[in-house]
Amino acid sequence: MLQNTPGSEPGPSLPTARGARPTVIRARGLTKRYGDFTAVDGISFEVPAGESFGLLGPNGAGKSTTMRMIGGVSQRTSGELEIMGLDPEAQGPLVRAHLGVVPQQDNLDEELRVRDNLIVYGRYFGLDRRYLRAKADQLLDFAQLTDKANARVDDLSGGMKRRLTIARSLINEPQMLLLDEPTTGLDPQARHVLWDRLFRLKEQGVTLILTTHYMDEAEQLCDRLIVVDHGRIMAEGSPAELIRRYSTREVLEVRFGTDRNAAVVPQLAGIGERHEVLPDRILVYAHDGEAALEAIVGRGLHPLTSLVRRSSLEDVFLNLTGRSLVE
Amino acid sequence: MTQQTSVLEPSRRPFAGLYAGNVRAVVERGLMALKTNNWAVFVSGFVEPVLFLAAMGIGLGPLIGGVEGPGGSEMSYGAYIAPALLAVSAMNGAVYDSTNNVFFKLRFSKLYQNMLYTSLGPLDVAMGEIYLALQRGFLYATALMVVMSSLGLVTTPAALLMVPAAVLVAFGFAALGMGITSFMKRFQHLDWVNFALLPMFLFSATLYPLSVYPTGIQLFIQALPLWHGVELMRSLSVGYFTPALLGHVSYYVVMVLAGVVLTTARLRALFLR
Repeated sequence: MLQNTPGSEPGPSLPTARGARPTVIRARGLTKRYGDFTAVDGISFEVPAGESFGLLGPNGAGKSTTMRMIGGVSQRTSGELEIMGLDPEAQGPLVRAHLGVVPQQDNLDEELRVRDNLIVYGRYFGLDRRYLRAKADQLLDFAQLTDKANARVDDLSGGMKRRLTIARSLINEPQMLLLDEPTTGLDPQARHVLWDRLFRLKEQGVTLILTTHYMDEAEQLCDRLIVVDHGRIMAEGSPAELIRRYSTREVLEVRFGTDRNAAVVPQLAGIGERHEVLPDRILVYAHDGEAALEAIVGRGLHPLTSLVRRSSLEDVFLNLTGRSLVE
Repeated sequence: MTQQTSVLEPSRRPFAGLYAGNVRAVVERGLMALKTNNWAVFVSGFVEPVLFLAAMGIGLGPLIGGVEGPGGSEMSYGAYIAPALLAVSAMNGAVYDSTNNVFFKLRFSKLYQNMLYTSLGPLDVAMGEIYLALQRGFLYATALMVVMSSLGLVTTPAALLMVPAAVLVAFGFAALGMGITSFMKRFQHLDWVNFALLPMFLFSATLYPLSVYPTGIQLFIQALPLWHGVELMRSLSVGYFTPALLGHVSYYVVMVLAGVVLTTARLRALFLR
């Protein structure tokens, strides 16, 4: 899944099987302030065409604001932003003609039926009605909603609405798709259907920009991602790179019981690279989790339960953005 | 699926960030949504002025007898108030759409936010929605025109000019109405609109001449939009053309321009921050 990562090589043209890919998003010192509050604090990044690029971060980190600036529906306070070579503020309608947008909350047109939602949305892009009729049927098929074509929007389930929103965002055959938390609130089946659809788009060469706070989603979908917190970029790279850089290969989770966890920690000194004490368990970051567990048992400590797992983006995320609840 | 053009040519259209030349798509959407609308609401807005015409013109009219119309000509009371009610129905239709319906789309269905995430600009959205409101005013006015002629209240071909005049009146109220609605945040704010419209309807020389008021109040009423509509319609109904008509028309032209500029600026401020 992650073999397609562009690696750490910087610069606009990353060599791939399809040759050099031009940059489609270029942000430099991008800043957005609302009064005293700085939502996005001078971030810089570039995205080559066809990449699947993720923005990760806790709530309020500035992900959605960044997405809105890319779409030209939020005006930056300072910095530079180019989408396909254009400033989205000055050329909003033209830039958005090449974008597909899946907002955080579905905002389908409830006064129109399912298929009409697609057609009318296409008309907003000035597209021809004949093209739209065919395209709408194709997208209904893609979204597995063909038999709901004439249903009312409020009769759809959450997963169906989400799929319709994604289908709608594709009506203008966008080169770039902005997905703001595409699977939040969906059940596991619906998420997997959606991921599958997004994979297909990626295979067709659509650039995907997505925000999420599901780490598994980021690992599944993103070639490269930035972790943002308090409007700043904390880390940048492919999921595998980030795990390598900010976590160990494996994580050992041991439980000694809620009362004892904290007391045991000093006795673990020297085992693994780093420890993290959670209320219910201790995380031991180690290259070899089994070896670490043996060492712990060797010191006469007997955890109630233990689990060795590979490091995930979640460990990176928590390491970078802290465990305290950010609101 | 896509040809990957990574660099786009900038658009040279003036106001490229505000306008995409696609007002039609907004209007189409409105007409499609109308199919699912409640037609009873639509009809009720038209019935109101007809009831007034029936009650005042047919009921009260004979008691009053002839009144002095534009240019000093004598006319029946029904013929005197009918053009004024035509202006009122154009206003009602336009205001209903540009306040209640616009408010819902603005604050609840998030329709405009949705539209502005496509290649539509705020000017497209403003013009399209204002057109829809204007259209409702036009339909109400035309229907009332038919009622008037069936009652024998249309006496000169010049009176047909009341139809385009009704479009202008509706355009003015629709444009300014939508601009004002964009500032509203709660349902209660919509009540203020009705609170302002009712006295304007009653006192804008609709049912009796302006001359009954002292000068100060006359000037105040002459500053309000409905009075210009009433005067315009009443003069056209008898084919009495004076330079004053140009003044009334100009008033609405300014109102339209101000409304479109205000609405566009507000949509931009609300959704393209």
